[in-house]
Parts: sequence; C-alpha cells; structure tokens
Amino acid sequence: MRFFLRRGLFYVITFWAAVTINFFIPRIMPGDPVRALIARNQGRIPSEAEASLRILFGLDQDTTLWQQYLDYWALLFRGDLGISFTYFPTPVSDVIAQALPWTIGLVGIATILSFTIGTLLGTGIGWRRGTWADSLLPISTFFSAVPYFWLALIAITIFSVTLGWFPASGSYDRSLIPMWSWEFVGSVIYYGTLPALTIVISSISGWILGMRNMMVTVSSEDYVTVAQAKGLSERAVMFGYAARNAILPQVSSFALSLGFIVGGTLVMEIVFSYQGIGYLLFTAVAAKDYPLMQGIFLVITVAVLIANIVADIAYGILDPRTRQEG
Amino acid sequence: MTLTTPETGARRAPADDPVLEIRNLSVDYGYDDDPVHVLRDVSLTLGRGEVLGLAGESGCGKSTLAYAATRLLPPPGLITGGEVLFTGRDGRKTDILRLDDQSLRESRWQDLAIVFQGAMNSLSPVYRIGRQIADGILAHRPGMSKADAMARAAEMLELVGISPDRLRSYPHQLSGGMRQRVMIAMALALEPQVLIMDEPTTALDVVMQRQIVEQIAELRDRLGFSVIFITHDVSLLIEIADRIAIMYAGEIVEDAASLDVYQRPRHPYSSALLHSFPPLRGPRRELTGIPGSPPDLAKLGGGCHFRDRCAFAWDACAALAPRLTAPDVADDDPRRTTACLRHEPERVAAAGFEAKPVPAELAG
Amino acid sequence: MTIDTSIVEESEELAKPSQAPMTGVVAARGRGGFGRRRAGGKPPKFLFMRNSKAVAGLVILAFFLLIAIIGPWIAPYDPSARSSDVLQPPSWQHLFGTTHLGQDVFSQIVVGTRGVIIVGFVAGILATAIGVIIGVTAGYIGGLGDETLSVLANVFLVIPQLPLIIIIAGQLPSVGGVTVAVVIAITGWAWGARVLRAQTLSLRKRDFVEAARANGESTWRIITVEILPNLTAIIASGFVGTVAFAVLSLITLSFIGIGNTGEWNWGTVLYQAQAQLALQRGAWWWFVPAGLCIALLGMALTLINFGIDEFVNPRLRSTGVNAKSLRKRGIRPRIGFTPVVRETDAPRTAIAPHLAEHTEPTDAARPADAARPADAAASAEAEASSPTSKGARA
Ligand SMILES: Nc1ncnc2c1ncn2[C@@H]1O[C@H](COP(=O)(O)OP(=O)(O)OP(=O)(O)O)[C@@H](O)[C@H]1O
Ligand SMILES: [Mg+2]
Repeated sequence: MRFFLRRGLFYVITFWAAVTINFFIPRIMPGDPVRALIARNQGRIPSEAEASLRILFGLDQDTTLWQQYLDYWALLFRGDLGISFTYFPTPVSDVIAQALPWTIGLVGIATILSFTIGTLLGTGIGWRRGTWADSLLPISTFFSAVPYFWLALIAITIFSVTLGWFPASGSYDRSLIPMWSWEFVGSVIYYGTLPALTIVISSISGWILGMRNMMVTVSSEDYVTVAQAKGLSERAVMFGYAARNAILPQVSSFALSLGFIVGGTLVMEIVFSYQGIGYLLFTAVAAKDYPLMQGIFLVITVAVLIANIVADIAYGILDPRTRQEG
Repeated sequence: MTLTTPETGARRAPADDPVLEIRNLSVDYGYDDDPVHVLRDVSLTLGRGEVLGLAGESGCGKSTLAYAATRLLPPPGLITGGEVLFTGRDGRKTDILRLDDQSLRESRWQDLAIVFQGAMNSLSPVYRIGRQIADGILAHRPGMSKADAMARAAEMLELVGISPDRLRSYPHQLSGGMRQRVMIAMALALEPQVLIMDEPTTALDVVMQRQIVEQIAELRDRLGFSVIFITHDVSLLIEIADRIAIMYAGEIVEDAASLDVYQRPRHPYSSALLHSFPPLRGPRRELTGIPGSPPDLAKLGGGCHFRDRCAFAWDACAALAPRLTAPDVADDDPRRTTACLRHEPERVAAAGFEAKPVPAELAG
Repeated sequence: MTIDTSIVEESEELAKPSQAPMTGVVAARGRGGFGRRRAGGKPPKFLFMRNSKAVAGLVILAFFLLIAIIGPWIAPYDPSARSSDVLQPPSWQHLFGTTHLGQDVFSQIVVGTRGVIIVGFVAGILATAIGVIIGVTAGYIGGLGDETLSVLANVFLVIPQLPLIIIIAGQLPSVGGVTVAVVIAITGWAWGARVLRAQTLSLRKRDFVEAARANGESTWRIITVEILPNLTAIIASGFVGTVAFAVLSLITLSFIGIGNTGEWNWGTVLYQAQAQLALQRGAWWWFVPAGLCIALLGMALTLINFGIDEFVNPRLRSTGVNAKSLRKRGIRPRIGFTPVVRETDAPRTAIAPHLAEHTEPTDAARPADAARPADAAASAEAEASSPTSKGARA
C-alpha cells in the first residue's frame, strides 16, 4: 500500500508543480501581450472573461502574488481557463474539450499499439540474440533517431501524394455529419490510419530497443536458467520467466517517456492537420493565443499524469514486491 | 550425528551401476578465435544412489562442469567435445549432449535436476513459489491437474521443512535459507534420479548449512537419488559424500572414496586443500594455506598446472601433463585415481626424465 | 537503468568477502560470473574505442562538427538568396535542388548545421551541468534533501517537455538559438539527474568512499576526486542523450514556427517545405535531405550511447563475433541450451563398447586416457606448444 500512497502523493505534487509553473510562466515573461490584446479588443470581451484573463496572466498589479495564486487555483477548480483569442469568444475549456477526444483516440490507440507490438518484437529479438533477429536493430536505431514529424512528411509523400491510398490531412470526410454511423466511423478510421501508422512506426523502435536490452539482461538471470532446467517449453520460459520480468522496467520507462512521446505525436497532428490538441496548440502558437496555449499545456500534463497513474497501477499489479507491506 | 557417514552407509561401487557418466567433456568460454578452454577432457562417473562431492578452489570450473553436463551453460559457453551418458531406471543410456531440444526438455527435471549456486536469484521474483514448483511438475505431467500439482508442491515444501502455507509467498518474503530449501524442494518434486547441487549452502550461516546438509542426506536415504554436491568446503563433503572428486584448473586431479581422500590423499593439491580446512573431528591439525594462486585458465601452458604451487614438483612436471591413473601406492583401492606424475613413474621414465617416487606424505 | 544494476552488482562482487574460510584457499579472484567476460586487464579506454558502434558514431559526429564550423564557407550559395531556378530537382548546380524561391537547399542545410550543433551542445552542456549538480547532490546528501531533489527531477520527467518548451518559447518576445538552448536545458536535465542520483547513491556506499569519509576528507574533495571520476561514463551518456533530445526539440520548435526563422537550421528548412506545400508539389528534395541529416546525427549520438552502455554493462556486449560466423560454425547462443560443437566430429564409439570397457574398472585404458595420444613424448611436445585440448585433438 505504501507504494501507492507514495506514488499518489507524487502525482499530487506533480500536478501542483505543473499548475504552479503555468501560473508563473506568463508572470516572468517580459512584456505582456495579453494586456495588449485585451486593450485591442476593448469592449468586446465580457467583463467576467476579462477578469479571468487578468487572473490567469497576472495583470492585476494591485493584488498580492499570493492572492493572485489563490484566485488562479479558484479559477482552475471552476474549470475556467479563460477565453480563446483565436476562437473568440469561446472559452478555452470548450475549445480543448472539442479537440481532446481526437487526440486521445489517435495518440492513445497508436501508443498502446506501438508499445504492445514493440515489446513483443523486442522480446523476440532479445531472446534470439546472435541470430538474424539482431539485424533488425540498426533499422530500429534509425527509426528512433528520426523526428516523428519528418516520418509523417515521408508517409504523406508516399501514401497520399504518390499512391493516393490515404488522405493527406484532416480527421474525417468533411462532407459527413459527425454522428455514430458506420459511414462516419469508417471515415474516421480511414483518415486516422496513416497518422496512427506513422506514430506506431516512429515510436515503436524505442520499445523494441528497450525491451531487447532488458531481455538480454534478464536472460542471464539464474531464474531463467532454472526455468530451462525445469524443462518448461520455450514459450513458457521466454514469456513466463524472461519477458515477464523484463516487462517491469519497460512499464516504468513507458510512464517516464510518455511525456516525450506525447510531445512527438502532437507535432504529428500538425503535419496531418488532424484536429486534435497538437494541431490546436500549433494554431494557438501561430496566433499567439496565450490562454489557449496555457490551457493546452495544463490539459496535456493532466492527461500524461493520468496515463502515468495507469502505468503505475499496472506496475503494481505486475510486481508483487511493490505490494509488500512496510 | 545422524548423517550417513561413509563408515555407516553402504559403500556403493560407482562404476558398477553408473547413473551419470561424464566423459572427456571439454568446454570453452568465448565464441571467438581465442576462447578460454575451461574444461579439458573431464571425466567423472556418478553411481546410482551415490553422493559425489566435487571440490576445488574458486574458479576451477566446478560450476562450469555442472552446467555443461546439463547443457545449461549460458553464452559464451561452448561444449567442444565429450559425452554425458545418463542411464535411466530401465538401463537405457542416452547422451545428454546429443539429445534434440524436445527430448532434452523432457529429460530435464525428471531425470536430472539441479540446484544452482546462489539460489537467491534462482526464483523469479514475480511468481509465488507454489506456482514455480508446480509449473515444473506440470511440464512433465501433462495429465495432472493444477490442484494436484499444488498439492505435490505443498508436500515437497513440507519435506524440506517449510510450512505449506508458504506456497502463496513470493520469493522476497522468504529468508535466504528458506529460498534455498524451496529450490531443493523444487528440484526434488519429480523425484529425479540425479540431483546436482552447486554450493547449495555457501550463502548460509553454519547452523542453516548443517540443517540443509542433514536434510539432503536424509532425503537421499529416503528417496534414493544420486547427488553431485559441489562446494569449496572439503570438510563438509567428507561428512556427506561417498566419493569425492577434486578439481584443479579445469581438470579432475583426484577421484576417490571420501574417507580415502580425507585420510589418504594421493594428490599434492588434495592434501594441501585438506590442510587448509579445520578437520571435523579428531585431533586438530595445523592449518596451512596453499601458496600462490590458481593459474589463469586463459593462459595455461603444458605440463602439470599445479606445479608452480606444488612442493613435490620437478622438471618433468613442466613437460608432461599428468593423467588420471591409479595411484602408485600398494594396497590402494584400485578404483581410485589421481593425476600426478609422482604416480606415473614409467611414463616419466619413458619420456626421458628422472622418475621420482611418491613422497611419504602422499603414500600414507 | 541497465547501467545502474550492473555497477551495483559489480560493487557487491567487490565488496563480498571471499567465501573461503580464513585460510585463504580461495584466492581473491572475483567470482567471474557467467555470461560476463573478464576485461582481462585491458585499459578501459581502448576497450571503448574498440567498440565499433561508438567509433562509427564518433566519426559521424565529427563530420557534422566539421560542417558546423566550416559550413558558411563551403556553402555554394547564400542560403537566403533567391534565384530564377524555382523548385528544381537535384542537379549538379543544386545538389539538393531548390525551393519555391529558387534558394539552394544544399546551402541551407550546410549553413544550418551550425545552428543545430550549437543549440544541441549548449543545451547538452547546460542540462548535464544541472543534472550533475542536482543528481550528485541528491545521491550524496541523502535524507530529506535527496527526497526533495528526486521529486523535483521526477516532476520534470513527468511533465511533457515539448509542450512546456513550446509555451515558454512561445511567450518569449524574441527567440534566438541560445534562448532555445537554455529553455531546452531547463526542461531537459531531469533524466540525467535521476540516473546520476542512483549511481551516486550506490557509489557512496562503496568502500573507498566510506574510507575517504572516515579519513575526514572534505565533502567537496570526495565528490570531485572519488565520486565524479566514477560517474564519467554515465555523465557522458547523459550528455549525449541530452544533445540528441535538444537537437530534436530545436528542430521540432523550428518546424512548428517557433524561433527565429531568419536563422537557418534543418528545422526551418522543413518548416518552409511544409508551409510552402513541398509535399503537394512533389518537391521531395526539399524535405528529405534535412530529415536524413537529423536521422544521421541522431543515429551517431545513439551509437555513441550504445557504445557507452555496452562499455558499462558488459551483458549487452555482443559476443564478440558476428552472427554469420557463429552460424557457419553451427553455434546458436542460447540460454539453457549450450551449443555443442565438436570441431572434429568423428563418430565416437558406440555406447556398447564403452559399457564393456567400463565393467572392468581396473583397465588402464580409462576414457580420459583413451582420448589422449598414447605416445608420451609426442604428447609432451604437443602439450608444451599449445593448450592441452587442442594439442590432444590435433
Ligand atoms: N563468460 C566467461 N568467459 C570467460 N571465462 C569465464 C566465463 N565465466 C567463467 N569463466 C571462467 O571459468 C572458470 C570456471 O568458472 P566456474 O564458475 O566454473 O568456477 P567454480 O569452480 O564454480 O568457482 P566457484 O567456486 O567460485 O563457484 C573461472 O576461471 C572463470 O574465470
Ligand atoms: Mg561455482
């Protein structure tokens, strides 16, 4: 239990830190573009929304920093992230809520696929060390070194522009009305295939290499040899003993590298003009829509934290040592 | 002492009814052009129901021998020659080194089980010990139900003196001694005919060591399997082994009944090894270490590998490699062997060296 | 983290008292665990340089460093200069073709190398410095300070870095290369700190550090003289990793249009290509070379880190020979099934004769002898010239 308590506390701290960073960034930045924007839109911004923006970006010089901080938290608890400038006057939270499911669907599914397939491949390569399987290593090294978005450019060139198999951008056929129909869902899958595939291909090599190295390390543990000595089947030894132990560090590195992967996949959305959080962040950056940028950062952090908690629970289930009392 | 000592236990003749014969086993480490020849033509026979002790300094290749005989040697180990004949209860002989993967898997654990050096890491940390004992049973008894396998596992735990409700424990919840005994229980679960134990007691305190050794001796008497017991500790071997083989630098240098080794060592190394351990009973004798250190197996030359540390070496030792032969001492057990040129006067003379007699210390 | 375990293990091995009784029968020869090859007294430096992966990585890295230095002088054109050769595919005039404005892509990449390398190295050095200070301090002081610093590092690990970099860089009024490097360093130090902390923690418990402390040496001296030298490999690997991360981050930032687009780097080339619809126009030469350069540089850094990893964790080291030659000899390195290779695989005598032979234990021809040459003199010669087994089988 202590393991989970500690981890729980850690996540609370991380959440607090992320919010605090978000609070301070606009306050330490030179100049205040938000003030300028408010001034430019004088009268068009509802007074309540303006108040939120003042709190979010620290425009009220007459209140203490501490008071600003408290107000900031109060805003967050109300789910008020200010209003977006680009989608004026839609609240940031609404804009994000629209985009979030797309990202969770695309990035979530692709990441889980990539982790699963990569871990399986890594298991095989690590187990058959010194055979042809090793020749996969240089290939995956190459793929782990290229930026995700560049691979996306190549994928579009080949599969959309040249071969015309998949659409180059968008997330569904614009002539369809979003609803739960076969046609619409089919279109979403069709549009999502190429981005998902690109995410899988570009992130998979990390999992392959990580699992391969862990398999090599774990394979020299005595318990694997003991499992062989018991005359268990090859599969039982490889999966039940070697991979079963090698997966533990793999899961913790999943948790740790999630932030990195999410960052990379967000850029992928930009290339595919996929209407998720990443694309939104891109438009926000281009339009200098600071409230939206801040809101997106917070939401991404929370999403990554939740994914981390899931990974931690998985780890706790996989490793009995964490469940130990005391 | 409740131990089966060589005096009380029936002395079994090893060669009459062998269960495991290792012949000319050679092992290299390294797949490159310059491997280390760790074992060179090692031969060893284990009789049915016998406890064979294997002793020697650290790094002399005891574990390598045990792992190679079971083909469990990890990379970069390579078996470069020899055979390991296992004789089943029906008298059929199979060469373990020539078995295909499937037959080897089937043979493992039923015919021959092994307890590894440092049982601390021999259990997977993520499974309950019950499961780890049971899966070995189930792999060889396909018809058996999981519940039966668990019941068998519980029985085995009781046998080694651990309460059956420990079946649901994870390895990290057990003490070192308990883990060691779990490993022994696991190895005995299928009543194998041969049990190889690689220093099963080194990590334990003296009390625990004694307990485990007694347990093994008792189980052997009850279940009638054969044991190869590996340790540095010669005095421990004299307690439990019927026969002792002494290894030095990747070769067997002496192989004799344990009382013979203890009271009448024929090889200078055996004698030196004995004198570096306190005797178990009888008058205390002076302890002396062995001068120098074992040779680097990667840089072995010809001749006798012990000669640099041997009090009885002379120029023949640098040129001729001793072979395992019956000692050149009258009235010795004809089955015992030793590899020392002092016991091979004819061969030394034939090679043109001065033949020297067996020194009094090694002829007693 | 593989690094971590292996060193801890080694330390245990060193610290473990000899298992022999006090008489010293067991000479202090390390326990030479399985699967591990002894370094055999070779100086580690050369071992690292003998690692072909590391050498390949260093050569590629050196190439890019050279381009970064001399780039502006060897570039055939001004990267921003327009010409009438619009959207030309690669030719001898324009090795990587031209952009929609007739700019030479090859020159853009050559000139842009400097920006990439500077940001990568500045960020790498800064982040490594922060990582060393925080990691080593945490590992060395322990207790509450350690807890606090570890949580800090873990927080920075969990917070998604790229979005953080984007919101920081996006709010800065002007973003030059060095600013980007500083932002990357501030967000990217945590990984190195984490690994260093674990390592310092295990080093601190080692005998030589304990001894230095008992001798009353100053903390500063212990850290700089006893601990830091032992962390070299990990610091190096952290540095290389951070450089790779920084290069990727810079390029990503440039690609999404954050930063000074007037400053050429590979990311801005890609940004232009994407923004000017190079894909739709089929101008593959516009974005392929930049990506390959990134991949090549990234690969070089990864290879160097592989080299360091294998240097620190010998278990990862390949078995010294390539898979092909192993296959030729019929060796398949496997756990639990040691390969049996009889180099002179003459059919041995059948089992029956052995049996017969064995029923007469007094027979002088015991198996051990049977395999050896009968002639003593010949055997003596053979054995003196080469290791026994080879000689005996020759
Ligand atoms: N991977 C390897 N490469 C090269 N030599 C090795 C390797 N593993 C072990 N050795 C060498 O093989 C020899 C035999 O090792 P082994 O483990 O069999 O000794 P041992 O007699 O069991 O020692 P201990 O009593 O310490 O367990 C040692 O000299 C060791 O240095
Ligand atoms: Mg051993």
